[in-house]
Amino acid sequence: MPRLTVNGQVRDVEVDPDTPLLWVIREQLGLTGTKFGCGIAMCGACTVHIDGVPTRSCALPVSGVDAAQKIVTIEGLSPDGSHPVQRAWLALDVPQCGYCQSGMIMAAAGLLEQNPKPSDADINSEITNICRCGTYNKVRAAIHLAADGGGKAG
Amino acid sequence: MTSQIDISRRRFVVGSAAAMGGLSLGFSMAFMPEAHAQAAAPAGAKAPPEVNAWVVVRPDETVVIRIARSEMGQGTLTGLAQLVAEELECDWARVTTEYPGPSENLRRNRVWGNFSTGGSRGVRESEKYVREGGAAARFMLVSAAAAAWNVPAAECRVAKGVITHAASGRSTTYGQVADAAARMAPPANIVLKDPKDWTIAGQPLPRLDTRDKLTGKQVYGADLRFPGMLSAAVKACPYFGGRIASYDAAAIAGKPGVRKVVKVDDATLVVVADTWWQAKSALDALPVTWDEGPNAALTSAAIAETLSAGLDAPEAFVGNSSGDAKGALAKAARTVTATYAFPYQNHATMEPMNATALFTGERCEVWAPTQNGEASLAAAAEAAGLPPAQCEVHKLLLGGGFGRRGFQDYVRQAVLVAKAVPGTHVKLLWSREEDMLHGFYHPTTQCRLTGALDEQGNVTALHMRISGQSIMASVRPEAMAGGMDPVVFQGLTARSPEGMLGYAIPNVLIDHAMRNPPVRPGFWRGVNLNQNAVYVECFMDELAHAAGVDPLAFRRKFMAGHPKHLAVLNAVAERIGWDTPAPKGVGRGIAQIMGFGSYVAAAAEVSVASGELKVHRIVAATDPGHVVNPAQVERQVEGSFAYGLSACLYGECTVDKGRMEQENFDTYDVLHMAQMPKVETIIIPSGGFWGGVGEPTIAVAAPAVLNALFAVSGKRIRLLPLKNHPLA
Repeated sequence: MPRLTVNGQVRDVEVDPDTPLLWVIREQLGLTGTKFGCGIAMCGACTVHIDGVPTRSCALPVSGVDAAQKIVTIEGLSPDGSHPVQRAWLALDVPQCGYCQSGMIMAAAGLLEQNPKPSDADINSEITNICRCGTYNKVRAAIHLAADGGGKAG
Repeated sequence: MTSQIDISRRRFVVGSAAAMGGLSLGFSMAFMPEAHAQAAAPAGAKAPPEVNAWVVVRPDETVVIRIARSEMGQGTLTGLAQLVAEELECDWARVTTEYPGPSENLRRNRVWGNFSTGGSRGVRESEKYVREGGAAARFMLVSAAAAAWNVPAAECRVAKGVITHAASGRSTTYGQVADAAARMAPPANIVLKDPKDWTIAGQPLPRLDTRDKLTGKQVYGADLRFPGMLSAAVKACPYFGGRIASYDAAAIAGKPGVRKVVKVDDATLVVVADTWWQAKSALDALPVTWDEGPNAALTSAAIAETLSAGLDAPEAFVGNSSGDAKGALAKAARTVTATYAFPYQNHATMEPMNATALFTGERCEVWAPTQNGEASLAAAAEAAGLPPAQCEVHKLLLGGGFGRRGFQDYVRQAVLVAKAVPGTHVKLLWSREEDMLHGFYHPTTQCRLTGALDEQGNVTALHMRISGQSIMASVRPEAMAGGMDPVVFQGLTARSPEGMLGYAIPNVLIDHAMRNPPVRPGFWRGVNLNQNAVYVECFMDELAHAAGVDPLAFRRKFMAGHPKHLAVLNAVAERIGWDTPAPKGVGRGIAQIMGFGSYVAAAAEVSVASGELKVHRIVAATDPGHVVNPAQVERQVEGSFAYGLSACLYGECTVDKGRMEQENFDTYDVLHMAQMPKVETIIIPSGGFWGGVGEPTIAVAAPAVLNALFAVSGKRIRLLPLKNHPLA
């Protein structure tokens, strides 16, 4: 039985070990903020952090993650939406339909963890999530705002 | 069958294209509160009575504004609430929203009007009656206070939900008089505010639906969970017109969690399991053979050949005709001809199609992300075999729509599966592959344009022959006019307020040879304006270059009679610095069009390096008449370039052996962050009309960029998408 550490809690899940981490998070753990978009790790809607690294969970079998690894989902990024990235997103009113935004925010938070002052080129190479509404420019501005310690609204 | 909308008689039929089930519905904009009919507000038994259909004020002063249109990212939810709140004079900080149910709308003689959310009509088609709803509620709330104080209502003032009577020094709040207001008579006449006096509408207010989208709390259809719920994965025959030949349900019967295999119809299989991943895994393992049907040999090349033949066909529907274009072309000293083509596109909403249904025998409930709650209700009722009154559709926020979720195939499937497991909630969710293979695709067309130039470089005649697919013939045949699909001519008509050609050319013929391949088409954000703008705006560029005239100056020669078209074009030209040299190695392009009732233009700056196009900068201008929320208009304009450039640069669904070839984002590429240009948006609301915002700008993205590409590289791309053309 796979054992996972998600948002600080250790959870045992009864599931086929081939099940992608995404579906364990969504269906066994009931954390539906992490989204299903493509199933082949192309779109990034399913992005979570594993030991701080943004990871696409839809094509990663749950057996590939062990209990020692810390998984953080959008629900665990902050207790109340107060993570600097979430604050910047709120200040710039980034989402449109919002479906890709959990993944965008997790990717952005991971980027800033590694690179506190990313350039536009860094953002281009690291934020490869798909948004069909076209929030990219607002996402970029919000990443810069978060990096500058902005996004105080909220 | 469904039938055409006839707004003039305020009576029309809501149809579900997939279900072919229609509800004949009256449309009555009454502002009488339902309290008169002893009905509770749909929110629940303890909810306070509504002031009227649009407004509920709770004792804690929360103002609930009912929104009939669907929110799919375009900001309509916030915009419509602004319009109601503006007239209501409530405190915006206390505004919240709710969706009324489609069956409630039916029961109440369509008090909320049309639920359909497409064609960029969400605001422009309902702005008047939602403002009237807010104004009527204000009147009733003030009347209630005045009656309690025994003073004339005309002596009372209201601001931010606080009613005051200065002479007697009294004041009260909306929350305190809401109960009494529900029993007041609505006003006989409603005078709406002049938009120049707006303080809530017209402002760049933040969206009302942002916070939960930042924390994972927002529940989309794909996220729904009910106690005991089962999940369903679906696979329909990928061959156009094909069906199931055989399948072996027993082969997966023992797989973990599997409850049932349901043959939904001749072409569709569903596996129901405890979880979706179990259902999907089992479905992948289910042995199925397909009868590939009558189109098994169909290819994109064959479709292109059929369309190409239409370019020369003697018979065609005429969408715009003045003078004698053919005669003038035959006599012209100089003509220019070019042929363009636009391929199939998939909507590719980020949230794949899904719906959840519960069928009990007597009732059917559906939870769905839908662009048309009433069409979903019609589809659900038809599939359930129940009267609409015994069905309900609960609308959810959409993870993208773009036209796809106006079609109800996924709702029908969910209900049919729920019927196979009565009494249990079933969530049916498509895989991305299913979504890509069973779209309602942006139609494919070709266009041959022939223009005549005189010695002064004027266009004396233009013939545009469009050949290709009609959306309406497939999805709404009742909307055809004598066999013709008028929607094919979006942006090209002589005088439609939806979109007229912005050029005065003495001899014009724009006609359509309808050629309908067996691939189902649909409304794809921007619809036919997308390809029509490429055709006409790239060709105007070709004519300008042939005449040796600057493309902006060339267009202006024919636009004197179209000042609004010209105004947006001039605005982008000025902002991008058209009269100054472009930066070294950069080309500029320009385009304008009218569509969805709005005037839009774009100017682009691009370069080519190592065979790669880079779009550096976009300037866009839009005149939608009135602007309800400029911040949301800006977002829609900006987003239009992500969607429009995705199609221009990469978008192409190709057919081989009777089915689509693309199944996921690995083969259906879309614009990413790295390719997103800077977008500067100019909003020029000239007033006096209401145009749409969500779609028109998409159409100018491709021609502005393609014209800029020509300027910098000399390469004229006529067959989209650009990825098929080497630029090195």
